[in-house]
Amino acid sequence: MTTVVERVTKVVVDRLGVDESEVKLEASFRDDLGADSLDVVELVMEFEDEFDMEISDEDAEKIGTVGDAVTYIESKQG
Amino acid sequence: MGKLNGKTAIVTGASRGIGAEIAKYLAKEGARVIVNYSGSQSKAEEVVKEIEAFGGEALAVQASVSDADSVTALISATMEHFGSIDILVNNAGITRDNLIMRMKENEWDDVINTNLKGVFLCTKAVTRQMMKQRAGRIVNIASIVGVSGNAGQANYVAAKAGVIGLTKTTAKELASRNINVNAIAPGFISTEMTADLPEEVKAQMLTQIPLAKLGNPEDVAKAVIFLASDDSNYITGQTLHVDGGMVM
Ligand SMILES: NC(=O)c1ccc[n+]([C@@H]2O[C@H](COP(=O)([O-])OP(=O)(O)OC[C@H]3O[C@@H](n4cnc5c(N)ncnc54)[C@H](OP(=O)(O)O)[C@@H]3O)[C@@H](O)[C@H]2O)c1
Repeated sequence: MTTVVERVTKVVVDRLGVDESEVKLEASFRDDLGADSLDVVELVMEFEDEFDMEISDEDAEKIGTVGDAVTYIESKQG
Repeated sequence: MGKLNGKTAIVTGASRGIGAEIAKYLAKEGARVIVNYSGSQSKAEEVVKEIEAFGGEALAVQASVSDADSVTALISATMEHFGSIDILVNNAGITRDNLIMRMKENEWDDVINTNLKGVFLCTKAVTRQMMKQRAGRIVNIASIVGVSGNAGQANYVAAKAGVIGLTKTTAKELASRNINVNAIAPGFISTEMTADLPEEVKAQMLTQIPLAKLGNPEDVAKAVIFLASDDSNYITGQTLHVDGGMVM
């Protein structure tokens, strides 16, 4: 069983080409991990696929850090 | 071998006129084509039959481009049947001509909603798939009057000029994902849209066209093939005039 954190980390590493050690919960996609705004949109799309859920545009705008993504996904998985 | 073998294309407003011709040309080049229409189901199905008759693949799908839910359904139907979206041709368009002083608010709104908002909604809807594919082509059918202006068509001209601006912005936003976005600005093309014009208006128009004749839907369709194929790999954000030299 892989955890949400592990799965989110893998998506981020694959998409942004960063080192796994950089993907900390407090890391901001844009400020710390070098993502541009289009990369963030794509990350959200990949989270949707990975976790088989829909993330609305409003919710997506609130996801700025790795931790935001993990918290959001965990809350939706209930 | 066609230039577009294995590609999937959506053509909005493909039941008649220029859109129908574009759909047939794309299919001749090997693309599987979604023939979108708003009301003319039997005409759209005729286009599909013509395509199937020469061995092409096509499907008619009803959707109004000005309605977001309807556009979402169009994209879902495309993915379900063909599994990818490589080419979007935003062609659906209407006219509600009037002088500004006489133009009713609903005439303004209808044209902006179909001709400009429709392009935005369809573009937004295909972007997700094209970004994932890391490839895509969007061709927007604008109009030469969107460049030059035209008395009696404030709503239409505003929408078409808007489409040209939208084309440039979409091109810039999506360039890093290998999605090329261009517009075509047709001049006077003989279709139902221009058939109703009085003879003296047509004669007057011809004096403005260096090549001294109206264009045909296939003149536009051939330009679409160019912008949808690998022949235009290094071209994005441009507006190609297909107008017999009217506006230079
Ligand atoms: N003809 C010209 O000289 C000329 C010049 C410059 C630019 N253009 C542009 O070229 C494009 C095609 O023009 P055309 O002359 O071929 O027009 P047309 O013969 O009147 O055909 C218009 C097409 O758009 C479809 N349509 C209308 N509203 C729609 C909606 N809300 N959702 C989906 N489809 C819709 C129609 O479908 P239904 O049949 O189901 O109603 C039809 O297939 C337009 O964007 C037009 O502005 C034309």
